[in-house]
Amino acid sequence: MTAANAQAASESGCLQIRGLLKRFGGITAVNALDMTVRGGDVHGLIGPNGSGKTTTLNIISGLYRADGGSIAFDGTELVGRPAHAIARLGVARTFQNIRLFAQLGVLENVMIGRHVRTQVGFLGAMLPFGATAREERATRKDAHELLEFVGLERVAGKVARSLPYGDQRRLEIARALASEPQLLLLDEPAAGMNPTETDALVALLRRIRDRGTTLLLIEHDMNLVMTVCDRITVLNFGQHIAEGTAADIARNPDVITAYLGGAIDAA
Amino acid sequence: MSRRRWLGLAVLLIVLLCVPLVVHSDYLLNVADIAGIYAIAVLGLGILLGFAGQLSLAQAAFFGIGAYASGYMTVHWGWPVLPSMAVATVFSGLIGLGLGWPCLRLSGHYLALATIGFGIITQLVLINWTSVTNGSDGMTGIPPPMIGPFALATYGQYYYLVLASLVLCAYVAWRIKSTRPGRALQAIRENELAASTTGIDPTRYKIVAFVLAGAYAGLAGALLAHSIKFLSPDSYSFDQSVIFLVMLIVGGSGSIGGAILGAVLLTFLPEALRPLKTSYIMVYGAAVIAMIIFMPRGLAGLLSTALGRDDAAARPLTNPAQPVEAKSA
Repeated sequence: MTAANAQAASESGCLQIRGLLKRFGGITAVNALDMTVRGGDVHGLIGPNGSGKTTTLNIISGLYRADGGSIAFDGTELVGRPAHAIARLGVARTFQNIRLFAQLGVLENVMIGRHVRTQVGFLGAMLPFGATAREERATRKDAHELLEFVGLERVAGKVARSLPYGDQRRLEIARALASEPQLLLLDEPAAGMNPTETDALVALLRRIRDRGTTLLLIEHDMNLVMTVCDRITVLNFGQHIAEGTAADIARNPDVITAYLGGAIDAA
Repeated sequence: MSRRRWLGLAVLLIVLLCVPLVVHSDYLLNVADIAGIYAIAVLGLGILLGFAGQLSLAQAAFFGIGAYASGYMTVHWGWPVLPSMAVATVFSGLIGLGLGWPCLRLSGHYLALATIGFGIITQLVLINWTSVTNGSDGMTGIPPPMIGPFALATYGQYYYLVLASLVLCAYVAWRIKSTRPGRALQAIRENELAASTTGIDPTRYKIVAFVLAGAYAGLAGALLAHSIKFLSPDSYSFDQSVIFLVMLIVGGSGSIGGAILGAVLLTFLPEALRPLKTSYIMVYGAAVIAMIIFMPRGLAGLLSTALGRDDAAARPLTNPAQPVEAKSA
């Protein structure tokens, strides 16, 4: 490890992306992307539509295979690993177009989130007592606690798809947190939320950070990004065009050009 | 499960244990045996389709593989029946592994087509591999099972073997469903992508589901072989796979009680319609269509509504071709 790497890795949940490449046919969606997410930070990933943000998240979580480059997560290479193995290493995520286990219960959704932290297999499941029953009880209790944490305890017994939209987003976060991730990837968590829900989300994101989880989030709500993010990376055409604190980013002329198409007073 | 539910199950079991003491018709007991045997095969399909969301139309093929395997071992090798049944069950499970492995990349209609192909191949093998199966003439001289020195020779005695097997199979399915592996299977059914980012390896769980479905059907086939004591390849056709599927859907895919109820109902229904002679199949077909239209969650869904309970077990089947995604409200 280089000195810079060692510093970035001082807290767990750090991510170092180097030269990441992803092509779809003739289109280069992610083009030699370099990006560092420091452990313990809330890191924003912003950029115009089609700039490669979701593609990047999909590569990190193993849903897409990178065509080149590397992603080191606390020093472990993620490129080339399947999604379930990456989840096991401590990377969890939510989706832009919510992907819950829609017909299952709210509580069950979070219990499924405990998968990587639990062990009972097909054979173990046969015994209705002992270690199996203990783990089942613990899983249920942990899931209830997480529902409490995100404020969904009152709907624990409902079917996931019956929840209103904002609650579905929070349920997805609870399911992701159930795996006790070091790094949580959030793809537009505030999309479709009203201002009250967004405020509650900001508070929730801060509480998640305070538990020691690193957050990497894609978001179009600039207010939210500027409020909650410690650092921000801006993408355009699959390339990194700026990285820094909210204040740095707001002043950066390249960012202003990318978003507004020309030089306009940043104020 | 609640105490009331356990009590209900205990009463049901006692009633079922008493059936051969009260019913003396060999014909009815034979139908009851077949119903229990079908229920085991349908439970296996319930694990694969109802839990994991993988549509298979090859369940009758595994039914045949189990029947012929156990028949062959007892007739040609002189093996005792109960160990043969166990080996036939394991063997069918391994063939399930052989089908599941190459089919992992397929889903929805393509998976269904591949399993239909497997079913047709299996039936052709049963017809043409005459040195093992005796071809279209069928396999005869299959012995009844022995419990110590006693042969289970009557349908009433055989009923208890079927009932014990069914209870065991239902127990295994129930334990899977109510613990971590069952939740993983259902997660794959609901949204495979989200399941994988939650740390579930879809490949592994789907393969186990295929193995279990094969093993259940294999056990059912072995039970059939030593009950009717004669095997003919036409009993293991594509039609029979469709019947298993219909039983599961009518009963309530995803529900253990539903799978059993569906199998029992649709085994007895044609018998009840026998006075209609050749037109019975029309009435049978119309009844099935009506049940699917008016009970979208199957018998299990109907019952849970009637009992005022929203039973998670009885939720409708997700179309495996179109994974359900939460819509923006």
